[in-house]
Amino acid sequence: MRNVINMAAEEKRLIFKHIDQPGYTIDIDCYLKHGGYETAKKALTLKQADIINEVKASGLRGRGGAGFGCGLKWSFIPPTNTKPVYLICNADESEPGTFKDRQIIYKDPHQLLEGMLISCYANRVSLAYIYIRGEFPDGAKILEHAIEEARKRNFLGKNILGSEYSLEIYVHRGAGAYICGEETGLIESLEGKRAYPRIKPPYFPAVLGLYQCPTIVNNVETLCHVKHIMAMGGAEYTKLGTPNNTGTRILCVSGDVNKPGYYEFEVGKVTLGELIYDVCGGIQNGNQLKAIIPGGSSAKVLRADETFKIKQKQADGSIIEKSITINDIPMDFDTMAAAGSMAGSGGVIVMDHTRDMVEALANINEFYAHESCGQCTPCREGSLWMKKITTRMTHGGARKEDLGLLKNVADNIAGRTICAFGEACSWPTQSFIAKFPEEFENKAKPETSSEPIRTAA
Amino acid sequence: MSPFRPEFLAKVDETIAHYPVSKRSASLPLLHLWQEEFGHISDEAIHWIAEKLSLQPIQILELVTFYPMFRQKPFGKYHIKVCRTLSCALGGGYELHECFKKTLQVDGDAHGPIHSPDGKYTLEFVECLASCGTAPVCMINDDFHEKVDSQEKVNALLAKCN
Amino acid sequence: MIAPTETTKELVNIQLDGQWVQVPKGMNAIEAAKAFGKLIPHYCYHPKLQVVGNCRMCLIEMGTPKMGPDRKPILGTDGRPEIAWMPRPQIGCATNAAEGMAFRTTSPLIEECRKGVMEFLLINHPLDCPICDQAGECQLQEFSVEFGGEKSRFVENKVKKPKRVDLGERIVLDDERCILCSRCIRFTRDVAKDDCLGFVSRGSHTVLTAHPDKPFNNNYSLNTVDICPVGALTSKDFRFKMRVWFLKETPSICTSCGTGCNTIIGSRENVVHRQTPRDNEAVNECWMCDYGRLNFHYLNDGKRLTQPQVRVKQDLFPTDWEDVLSQAANSFKNVSPSEIAILASARMTNEELFLVKQLQKQLGGDAVLLDVLPRPQKADHLLVCDDGNPNSQGAQLLGVSQKGEKLETLRQGIASGKYRVVLALHEDLTILGISVENLNKIESLISLSLLSNEMTNISRFILPGAGFAEKRGSMINVKGRLQRLNKAIATAGSAKEDWEILNQLITHLGGASFSSIDEVFKTMAATYPVLANLSLSKIGDQGIALKFNS
Repeated sequence: MRNVINMAAEEKRLIFKHIDQPGYTIDIDCYLKHGGYETAKKALTLKQADIINEVKASGLRGRGGAGFGCGLKWSFIPPTNTKPVYLICNADESEPGTFKDRQIIYKDPHQLLEGMLISCYANRVSLAYIYIRGEFPDGAKILEHAIEEARKRNFLGKNILGSEYSLEIYVHRGAGAYICGEETGLIESLEGKRAYPRIKPPYFPAVLGLYQCPTIVNNVETLCHVKHIMAMGGAEYTKLGTPNNTGTRILCVSGDVNKPGYYEFEVGKVTLGELIYDVCGGIQNGNQLKAIIPGGSSAKVLRADETFKIKQKQADGSIIEKSITINDIPMDFDTMAAAGSMAGSGGVIVMDHTRDMVEALANINEFYAHESCGQCTPCREGSLWMKKITTRMTHGGARKEDLGLLKNVADNIAGRTICAFGEACSWPTQSFIAKFPEEFENKAKPETSSEPIRTAA
Repeated sequence: MSPFRPEFLAKVDETIAHYPVSKRSASLPLLHLWQEEFGHISDEAIHWIAEKLSLQPIQILELVTFYPMFRQKPFGKYHIKVCRTLSCALGGGYELHECFKKTLQVDGDAHGPIHSPDGKYTLEFVECLASCGTAPVCMINDDFHEKVDSQEKVNALLAKCN
Repeated sequence: MIAPTETTKELVNIQLDGQWVQVPKGMNAIEAAKAFGKLIPHYCYHPKLQVVGNCRMCLIEMGTPKMGPDRKPILGTDGRPEIAWMPRPQIGCATNAAEGMAFRTTSPLIEECRKGVMEFLLINHPLDCPICDQAGECQLQEFSVEFGGEKSRFVENKVKKPKRVDLGERIVLDDERCILCSRCIRFTRDVAKDDCLGFVSRGSHTVLTAHPDKPFNNNYSLNTVDICPVGALTSKDFRFKMRVWFLKETPSICTSCGTGCNTIIGSRENVVHRQTPRDNEAVNECWMCDYGRLNFHYLNDGKRLTQPQVRVKQDLFPTDWEDVLSQAANSFKNVSPSEIAILASARMTNEELFLVKQLQKQLGGDAVLLDVLPRPQKADHLLVCDDGNPNSQGAQLLGVSQKGEKLETLRQGIASGKYRVVLALHEDLTILGISVENLNKIESLISLSLLSNEMTNISRFILPGAGFAEKRGSMINVKGRLQRLNKAIATAGSAKEDWEILNQLITHLGGASFSSIDEVFKTMAATYPVLANLSLSKIGDQGIALKFNS
């Protein structure tokens, strides 16, 4: 089945260096023993602009899902700004298939705090929040405890380590709404409102964010990377990973593999095939691979027997076009996009040949219908409609026109909503239909097409 | 005399202080505090929190009904949340939900909270709990449980609920 | 070409459906298109409310100038910038004009977008137009016809939501019709400053509501019925009363306070069924208060006086106008001017008040007591002003008002029996605290009134006048703006327009008569410089700011 034989890809644990290490605990003494806060001490002696430049030089791309340049995001704060700047750590980890931030929060909270301290200092932030999903109650307590420890050692609070820089970080718990992962929805939620994402323009967080002030929203993993970038230098960091896809990233594998879990690799240095067969021990029960959702449940599904035409930039700058199989796709931002999906949040969901793709889509659609905030029309009405169609299809009520209808409903959502949830909820439908049309067609029996079966709302 | 524990009131004030720019930001945290203290968000809670934060009651009601973790009715002493979403479904989330239903001898709409007749348990199918690699997962109150993939494990979890 | 509005602002060149035009910088695409006669359909956008962009109906294609390596726009053969079109549609409400920007208000993509949004809005809609009050002025209906698809593809069960929700004293909500545009929420939060509406639940199950303990009762609540683009919010006062397409619409002004909100009177067969605000940036923008809006039912009140009446001993007898006016005129004979008092009303029009002044002159000039009843009240933050009279400024200008300073003299004079003839014009003397007993001391009490009351019951002559919707005329609001009332319906029964009554009374007293109300205005304008060169017609529907020399 696999046509790439490499030596087993090796993990490169930067963020996860100490996670799951025997004897490594969450208390600050343990963190300090392992060199904790040394990078922050150094950073506090640097000019803010120099830190931002290092982060820019590192090429760090956001690990929350969109893969947007972190340094670039920071540089959007207007140079003439006189308002306070806020930083919010997006710890609302909610994208199905993703469970990396949970590990950092529960097992190495000070790493996050140190990353935040450096990032806040660089952006002249004196008040920051960690927006943690409500379903991590212990995580919130761990972070609060860690903040308390850090305050006692003056890594937080007033005049941090004599630098005249002051920072307060507070933990803010969400309450079970996926949409709070969207940065402007998160900001609304933090303002005590329904998490309705804001229109952009004009409400770009870097200009009109929390309390209408410039605001940086970064993912947990992204902020941890900042610490490592400052420790090794931006240029050194770029040596990890591949061009434009630098550093390491955490991949979370779930579904039908023998060894699901979280693994940290240099970006693009492991292929999907290596990840599934070498790292995760292959498909469970000796089954065949059928489909992979490579970057959280909103990423477009890849079919096991597809070939992907991708353009690859060579070292000399020339571009060659290659045809590759699913196993050959390197886990980086650009190739995954070229393959028609996205690296997203790094959540890889694997499905074997026994899985019914209509059932799988019905499950995903139910998630998005439940999580649509309901603010804008296409997503509010379309996500529930798609759910109703796929639920009906899995309950014996499929019609032959459902395939076209589903696709059209999804097409009427994507690209027309306030926030990226529109894409998140329509990409699964669009891709499942495009990749597995026969499964949808087979569900529809001709005799049932005229009399639809109604399902409960 | 205030019907509230001094510890609760102190925690409320401390929480509000975390939001020096806008008290309204303390809405969700206060709802959490109230629910932890009293079990559910009553009408009184909505008025009390609104007043505490100089808001209108509708502004709190908007939140209570938007964020799924807040409940307006009392729940059982043990709130069992089973993850429904894809990775857990692949790993047996629906079976786990069924197993809890069977074991607790309850039935009802899969997508709302199901209360056991004695009121001790509330079973709820929830969306992704962010531990997809250890599917199927569930939470019982604040405690998180991974790979709950057998009747024995369900029995063991329920045995701890006293 | 220049946009008709906001011409003082900096102008930018934009390409609108292929044509280069100029619009004020920052004007959004909906307004820019509107300025050139193009409709970008929209639901949530309202020019007076915060832009939220939730309905997605106003999606357009947007482009910006292609930039060359020198960071300057690349120009095409026509000397205009070449456009780089964005692949995704943008919302017109939040797309603000900048130099070189391009909009396409229609294209295959945009038509698809609109069709898609229309379909989404309708799948859970009850489609109960035959019993919906909004029918005839429903944007869901209108845009569905214009931009929607032919037939529904939705075969699932619809989402069920609450019907006939009592939101407050004057508003009923049908949540199934609501398209969640949030206009009402933004209005009551940002304009009415009463943040009492909100959304509860989530996703497609979201419903609009008020907290049961804090109902939607503010004095501006009915504006949300106007701005609701669908039939979700309805007025308890108007719902099920009349199909809107039967209503005759007459532009007029509200006479419930000195603000003079511009209105449209909706009437049918000489019955007013509703009042709605009419846009006037200088007065009320597009709002009005609930009190003023609903303050028309008295026109149909059972106590309405519809027939001139004359008292014979203890009883009032109906008569005709000629009789009542000649008898009333006769009652002034052998009465000295100082024995006559006129209480006029600052609720009367300028033309009427001008005639009142003529009447005073005819009866002996300043020796005849003349004043109006002031109505000071508490102003609110928005439209209700501190003057409950709609035309205090006019009464002042025309020398009718002494700001109520004569009222004490009047009260005492009536009590002492000094005033033998008293004219009460649209005011009830008992409101001044004058007892019926004292009123009975007046030999000839002449009441020009709409409704019967304690005073008319003991008057010698009853002259049934006209309500605000039954007459044409002008008033000057508290800010000195001359505005015009228009006649929407006929006067009730044999009641007459007040200017005619006054005009004929003057004639009976031997004074000069006017042939029309326009002539009254003309004469008045010739008398008062601030009105020079104006006519009733020239006032127009937007009114004129008068320049008083103070």
